[in-house]
Amino acid sequence: MTVKRYLPFASAVLLTTVSAVAFASEPWSMPGEEAIEPYTPSAANAGAQPFAGDQMFQAFGGQAGVARIVTDLLDRSFADARISDIFKGHDRVRLQRVLVEQFCFLLGGPCAYSGRDMATAHKDMGVQPGDMNALVENLQLAMEEEGIPFQTQNRFLAKLAPMKRDIVDK
Amino acid sequence: MRLYLVYFALTNLRHRWFMEHGSAFRGQLGADMRRMFFGVLLAVATVAPAAADEIKTGGKLLLTGGVSSIEGSGGGGLATWATTTGYATEEGVGGNVHGTYVTLPDFELRSWGAAVGVFDRVELSYARQSFDTQDAGAALGLGQGFTFNQDIWGVKVVVIGDAVYDQDRLLPQIAVGAQHKRNDRGAIIAAVGGEDDTGTDYYVAATKLLLDRSLLLNGTVRMTKANQGGLLGFGGPNGSDYSAQFEGSVAWLATKRLAIGAEYRSKPSNLGFAREDDWMDLFAAYALNKNLSVTAAWVSLGDIATFRDQSGFYISLQAGF
Ligand code: HEM
Repeated sequence: MTVKRYLPFASAVLLTTVSAVAFASEPWSMPGEEAIEPYTPSAANAGAQPFAGDQMFQAFGGQAGVARIVTDLLDRSFADARISDIFKGHDRVRLQRVLVEQFCFLLGGPCAYSGRDMATAHKDMGVQPGDMNALVENLQLAMEEEGIPFQTQNRFLAKLAPMKRDIVDK
Repeated sequence: MRLYLVYFALTNLRHRWFMEHGSAFRGQLGADMRRMFFGVLLAVATVAPAAADEIKTGGKLLLTGGVSSIEGSGGGGLATWATTTGYATEEGVGGNVHGTYVTLPDFELRSWGAAVGVFDRVELSYARQSFDTQDAGAALGLGQGFTFNQDIWGVKVVVIGDAVYDQDRLLPQIAVGAQHKRNDRGAIIAAVGGEDDTGTDYYVAATKLLLDRSLLLNGTVRMTKANQGGLLGFGGPNGSDYSAQFEGSVAWLATKRLAIGAEYRSKPSNLGFAREDDWMDLFAAYALNKNLSVTAAWVSLGDIATFRDQSGFYISLQAGF
């Protein structure tokens, strides 16, 4: 009887607590990152279907391997005279986090992608086809550094390639 | 700056050619080269105002412009592909020069030329082929080392598709093109039954990179009257109309720098005095960087001018940006 009487109140308290916790770590306002416009997170935002199974994720060295590749990719891209102007001033903390999520997710790893879709993320950035190739070259070097076999690199690049249509400015 | 580089490369090439080959072709060659210069300059000049501020170079991924085919167009060794030559993307201009040498049991084929790729959309090319009959020339009554020369002016336009990035579609990159060929041995060509010493090939090429398999596929349909690619003229007693011929290439991307593959090219057999065979090759193309690549191949060109089984070694150097 008493339990029943308090149930609505209890669930209201529970709900507010949950949403408060959730709010503190919304994917667009994570601690240590610059807050951005709220958006609707979705697996579709990752821009491609993940590989089935986790062989690709393992071939990339799991979570640690993917993290090293993304760090190296961003090191190279922020320093690359061809494209550094585009990266300058953007939140590298967030970029590192969501890129690791995206790569891990697409490679079939145990991750969810919480970032924006590719069109929104690169909107009005002025990315040209040559910039896209420059980034791919940096990614190739980062994967090489990690010892990923060339044909395995290409399988991953095949997933990313069609995103060019959303990333490059028309 | 880059324009100057094209000019420099071409001037340098012309200079070296004269040093090596003396004055025999000088008049003809000089005229060709001048036309080429104007072609290149015109191309760059028409492009320049269209580009808002800056013409970028070198933006493509390694080897994705193909190499210089035997007819000067971007492609594999014997086949023309739908890719535009050079390393320019939609924002820029790329270009290269090439020299190719094919040694066969009874003949030697040399080719050199230059090509520009504009906005990854249009390709203009020139090649000069020399088909040296060596000892066979004497046996055929032409004279020792009798040489057929052919100028090939090419234009290619990409119509649709992105061979590299469209990995979620079956649609290949498709280009249409033409190669205008002028042979300098009209009298001999007429004497062996060839109908013409000039001709134009028209082609549609489709190229697709299957990145998840590290495979590049190309198929080209060519409308042609050419005998041995035009080296023995155009048309003859066994055929004087255009016929549709096929050229196919498969290449496996072994590393970022190295592609190995095979090609097949069908040909008409228009001449009466000698049967003509299809061509094939096994090749390896290696890019040292975006400025220099080497293609080596084993080619099987079949019977040529009554001489059987002309198989041999092909080597081609390409320098550009
Ligand atoms: C296949 C290629 C690419 C992939 C998979 C990719 C992926 C991503 C992802 C996941 C994000 C974060 C989205 C978010 O914050 O919610 C992002 C942001 C960004 N990307 Fe890319 N990207 C690619 C190509 C490029 C290229 C070619 C450039 C520029 C040369 C570029 C520049 C940036 C920049 C500057 C940001 C930060 C945006 C911001 O801070 O608002 N990206 N990209």
